[in-house]
Amino acid sequence: MVKQLTVISGKGGTGKTTFTSSFAALAENAVIADCDVDAADMHLILQPEISEIHNFFGLDVASINKELCTACGICVSSCRFDAIDSNQVVDTYKCEGCGVCEHVCPEDAVSMIAKKAGEYYCSNTRFGPLVHAKLGIGEEASGKLVSDVRRRASELAEQSGKDLIVIDGPPGTGCAVIAAITGTDLVLVVTEPTKSGVHDLERVVQVAQHFRIPVAVCINKYDINKRLSVSICEYCKDNNIPVLGMLPYDNIVIEAMIAGSSVVEYSGAKFSEGIRSVWNSLVSILFQEEKEDIIRLIQKSEK
Amino acid sequence: MKIAIASGKGGTGKTTVAVNFALAIGDAQLFDCDVEEPNCNLFLGLDLEKQEDVSIAVPEINTEKCSLCGSCVEFCHYNAIAKLPRSVMIFPKLCHGCGGCHIVCPENAISEIKRPIGMIEKGVDPGSGISFFQGTLGIGEPMATPVIRRLQAHMDENKVAVVDSPPGTACPVIATVGEMDYCVLVTEPTPFGLNDLILAVNVVRQLEVPLGVIINRHGSGDDSVEEYCYSENIPILMKIPYDREIAVLYSEGIPFVQRMPQWKEKFRSLYEKICFISSENTSQYSCSGVRNQW
Repeated sequence: MVKQLTVISGKGGTGKTTFTSSFAALAENAVIADCDVDAADMHLILQPEISEIHNFFGLDVASINKELCTACGICVSSCRFDAIDSNQVVDTYKCEGCGVCEHVCPEDAVSMIAKKAGEYYCSNTRFGPLVHAKLGIGEEASGKLVSDVRRRASELAEQSGKDLIVIDGPPGTGCAVIAAITGTDLVLVVTEPTKSGVHDLERVVQVAQHFRIPVAVCINKYDINKRLSVSICEYCKDNNIPVLGMLPYDNIVIEAMIAGSSVVEYSGAKFSEGIRSVWNSLVSILFQEEKEDIIRLIQKSEK
Repeated sequence: MKIAIASGKGGTGKTTVAVNFALAIGDAQLFDCDVEEPNCNLFLGLDLEKQEDVSIAVPEINTEKCSLCGSCVEFCHYNAIAKLPRSVMIFPKLCHGCGGCHIVCPENAISEIKRPIGMIEKGVDPGSGISFFQGTLGIGEPMATPVIRRLQAHMDENKVAVVDSPPGTACPVIATVGEMDYCVLVTEPTPFGLNDLILAVNVVRQLEVPLGVIINRHGSGDDSVEEYCYSENIPILMKIPYDREIAVLYSEGIPFVQRMPQWKEKFRSLYEKICFISSENTSQYSCSGVRNQW
C-alpha cells in the first residue's frame, strides 16, 4: 500500500518547500508531488528533466456567437457570477463554467468551450520521480489541478513500486488545500512561532481533523519567539498532536536555496540534523502501523 | 483609490505591509481578503462585529415531486448531484450555486436554500481612524471567491482602500486584484521569492492593473529580484531590511510603525508615490490631504 504524506502550513512562507525538498532527498523510495500549483517552487531545488507533459483542462468557459445573439439579455440576468456584461461580453475570469447561459439562451448562441488551463508534468530528478504543474496565468480550478497531479503521482507510485508519495501542499485552507490532503495518511503542518503562524496552524489543523486525517507539527524558526513556541507545544499537547521537531532560524536555508540544493544536501550541520530527525519520526508514524500489522500476521501464522 | 497588497509566494509580508500601510495613511479602509487565513486583526486587535453571513444557494429536492429523471444530474457541471436508485443526492460542497438544476428540473422539484460558507466582520480603530473589514471562510469550505466578492461590496469609493490579498495566482487572487486601481507585490530576495514574483507579475499584467514591488527582508538573500525588476521596468517602491526587531514585533502581532515612527513616514511617502504613478497612468487620482512630494 502506497502511503501519502502532505506538508502544509496554513500560513505561507513557514518553510514547507524547504522541508519537502529535504524529505525528497532523504526518502529512499518515494514519488514527489508539488501540489502548490499556483506558486510552485519545488522545481527550483529538484531541477527536473521533464519526461511527460499533460494538458490540464479547467472549467469550461461560455462563448457567445455574436451573429446569433439578439442581445435579449436573458443570459446576463441568469448568470449568478456577474460574468456577462450588458453588451453580452463574457468575463472569462468570472465565468465559472456552469452552463446556465447556454441553457437559457433562446437563440442557441452560447456554447461552453473547454479551455486549457495549465499543464502538469512527470519528471525525473536526482531524488526520483516528480509530478509537478503549472497553472495558466489567472486560471481557476487549482483544486482540480492538484487532484490531477496527485492522481498521476499515485499511478507512478503503483507502476514503479514506490511506497510513499510526498506532497508539497499549498498555503491556505480552501479548495487547493482540501484537494491536497483528502485521503492522505498523514499531514505535517510546518508552522512558525508568530501570532499569524499560530492562528493559521489552528485553522488548518481543524481542516485536517474535519477530514479525519492524522496531523503532526514541526516548528520552524522556533527561536524567533520562544514564548510562542512553548504555547504551540501546549496547544499540540492539548490536541494530541505530536510535535516532531523545533528548528532554529538559520540563514543556511536561503544559502541552500540560492545554490539550488536541498538543505540536507547543502550542509550536514545542525539544521540538517533537525530535518533528518523530523523525517525519521514521520517515517515511523507512517509505517509503524503497517509494521505492527505484519508482525501480527507473522505471529498468527507461526501459531 | 483601491490598492491591493499581493504576492505570489506566501509569507513574504503582505499582511505586515497592508496593516502598517493602512495605519500610516489613517482614515483608510482596510480589507482582509485572505479569507482562508485572515490575519490582519491579529495586528489590530479590534473588537469585530459581524456584518453578514456569506451564503451560496444550494439545491434542495422535494422528493415527492422528483421523478428521478436525472436532468439535474446531467446538467450540473460540478458533479454536485448524483442519482441513486430511489433518490437524488446533493453534495453541497461541490455546488457553486449557479441555479442551473432549479432551471432544468421539469417537475419543479428543486428549490434553493442558503448554505453559509463564511462571514464578514467589521471593526473601527479609534486611534488611526481606519475601518477594517474581514472575511472568513468556514472550516472545510473550499470556495473563497464568494466571500471575497461580498467583502468588496463594502468598499467606499470615496476612501482609500488597502486590500490584503491571498497568496498565489489562482481564483481568489484574481477576484481580489482584478477590481483594484494599483497592486503592490511584496516579495523576498530569494529564488523562491523571484520565481513566484514573476508568476504574480504576469497575472497582474494580464488583469491590466498597474503594479510595483516591495522587497521585504532585504539583505537576507541575493540581488536577483532587483535585477529582474530593473530589466522589466517595474518600480521598486520600498525595501524593508531583514531586521530582527521587525521580525520579533511581527511575531508578537505588533505593527512596526507603532514602535518605529520613521516607518510611518516611509509608508506615507509610499502612498504618495503610488498616487503619483497612478495619476501619471490615468490622471484620474489625486492624493488629497497628503504632501505632493517624495
